[in-house]
Amino acid sequence: MLEIKNLHVKLEEEDKVILRGIDLKIGPGEVHAIMGPNGSGKSTLSYVLAGREGYEVTEGSAMLEGQELLEMEPEERAAAGLFLAFQYPVEIPGVGNMTFLRTAVNAQRKARGEEELSAADFLKVVREKAKGLKIDADMLKRPVNVGFSGGEKKRNEILQMAMLEPRMCILDETDSGLDVDAMKLVSDGVNALRDGKRSFLVITHYQRLLDHIRPDVVHIMAGGRIIRTGGPELALEVETNGYADILGEVG
Amino acid sequence: MALAAAKETALAAREAALRLPECSGWLGAARISARARLAAMGLPARRDEYWRYTDPASLNAPQAPVAAVFRPGDEAPAFDGIDRFRIVFVDGVFDAAASDDLSLAGVEIERLSQAGGSDIHWAQGIYGVLEARGQSPVQRPYAALNTAYATDGVLIRATGRATRPIALVYVHNSETSDAILHHCIKVEAGAELTVLESGPAAARFCKVMEVDIADGGRFHHIRVQGRDHERRAVTHVFARLGAEALFKSFTLTANGRLTRNEAVIELCGPDSVAHVAGAAVGDGDFHHDDTVFITHAAEHCESRQVFKKVLMNGATGVFQGKILVKPGAQKTDGYQISQSLLLDEDSQFLAKPELEIYADDVKCSHGSTSGAIDETALFYLQSRGVPRVVAQSLLVQAFLAEAIDEVADEAIAEDIRGRLEAWLARHAAKAGA
Repeated sequence: MLEIKNLHVKLEEEDKVILRGIDLKIGPGEVHAIMGPNGSGKSTLSYVLAGREGYEVTEGSAMLEGQELLEMEPEERAAAGLFLAFQYPVEIPGVGNMTFLRTAVNAQRKARGEEELSAADFLKVVREKAKGLKIDADMLKRPVNVGFSGGEKKRNEILQMAMLEPRMCILDETDSGLDVDAMKLVSDGVNALRDGKRSFLVITHYQRLLDHIRPDVVHIMAGGRIIRTGGPELALEVETNGYADILGEVG
Repeated sequence: MALAAAKETALAAREAALRLPECSGWLGAARISARARLAAMGLPARRDEYWRYTDPASLNAPQAPVAAVFRPGDEAPAFDGIDRFRIVFVDGVFDAAASDDLSLAGVEIERLSQAGGSDIHWAQGIYGVLEARGQSPVQRPYAALNTAYATDGVLIRATGRATRPIALVYVHNSETSDAILHHCIKVEAGAELTVLESGPAAARFCKVMEVDIADGGRFHHIRVQGRDHERRAVTHVFARLGAEALFKSFTLTANGRLTRNEAVIELCGPDSVAHVAGAAVGDGDFHHDDTVFITHAAEHCESRQVFKKVLMNGATGVFQGKILVKPGAQKTDGYQISQSLLLDEDSQFLAKPELEIYADDVKCSHGSTSGAIDETALFYLQSRGVPRVVAQSLLVQAFLAEAIDEVADEAIAEDIRGRLEAWLARHAAKAGA
């Protein structure tokens, strides 16, 4: 599904290297987690994959189902099947959530040469998916993320994911700012999208999200590199001993 | 003295190229007194306080600068889906064949050019009267010139609730046309009227609309200024409101080499409400100026000014907005916001918000901002698969939404939104090609 090879990235504005050779291969239907201390480059990796400006790729590649992501515009990456759930979902005053969702869904369908959804069909689908995430009609009507609580914003991200049906989902610290109930709701939303074909990359600081979204593979990232890869037990090790042990071990 | 002499010379040259319409009856008298006002002022110059940001040279020129006629192609006429009464002017000349039968409007309508002969007329208390009141403290020479030289216009009197909007349609057909139109509108006590205006009108267009709203009257004005890129326009709305009266005006402008829209509003009766709003989209050689003066002369009145401009490729936007609260106008609620979205570094927005308050129990707020497009929001939209140009036009529409929300009639507001969306889509397609 996603294959990252020797990815090196620095900030465009300053001469600061963030990623120092990332290698990562995620197969269809797999759930990978990336854990790591603050400043290890986890969020940068997600932004670079999604195509945010301000980063310069100095080396390496990132292929999504055989297509080079790094040469595409952000919207082309989305149409190719990539989705990033933001750590800090953006507020867009003046643009209704529903308009936003419909524009996005239809733009992707158009890019893939599919017919656009009619207003009625769209409404039916969105209502059904919103219900599962406990997103009410008012939240759909309001401007995108404006005045939403932290939990509402994250649920709105998952709703977008459900509507866009991406093949490769990246969740960037989706657990940050969530209480236990909200985390359960969001995780259930994500798990509902696991169908054996769709792949996930879950970026998180803490192990607790991984109790809900069970990963197949766990990577530990530090200093812009993946320093260890293992099974779910690796996350538990972090939970018990913190990052210091692993970092010291690799040293 | 040199400035005064230059203004006088400019005026003499401008007037030499104009023909004073026949001067008889009440209208003749109004024209003569307007000419006297104009002579005392001269034409505007860059050194005048309210013309510092807008160069009046092309308005002062004796002949209208040539302006190519824009062919809108498959674009539907403004307000096409609205059941409306149409009055059409082509290059400032009334087009009877294209207009509806004036006797069927449901309100009293007369053409200015046919109303002047008698000694008395209901419009006597309005024509040139509101304009003259609006000349102080800020001079508006083009309004006085208009009162003196207007070749036509309509006089509309609403005594009840008008069944459908009156649509004034301005067609531009000649590259050198120089149109001067003057309308008077009287909304009687408790009556309600909507006036729609659309089209570029002429190569150069000078227009005055005087609106007198009696106690409890309601007046809605929605305007779409034509897309002809080379046209020039200087327009004025003068409004006087009685107690509990309502005045709402909204203007959408896209293109036009020079547009100066002035609104001069006087809240004379208590509990009256005046809202003026504008949304402008300018690309390239575009200069758009909103100059607004709202006077609170009674208690418990509310005024709102909401102006938004999107500027790119060197376009210029100007906003000069003032709220004057007179002594005794307690409990005034005045709000003013002017904002620009600059899509590149070549464009500029010049704003001069002013408050002048002589009462101690009032609420007045104003704000003015200039900003670039929100790159984070743009990336967010793109990451969901929305192409950059579409994302940008979505954010532009969002930026303009507060101004368009000032249009009370939902069907008309939808027409405006649809038009704007189509323009932006076409623009995006052009930019993407």
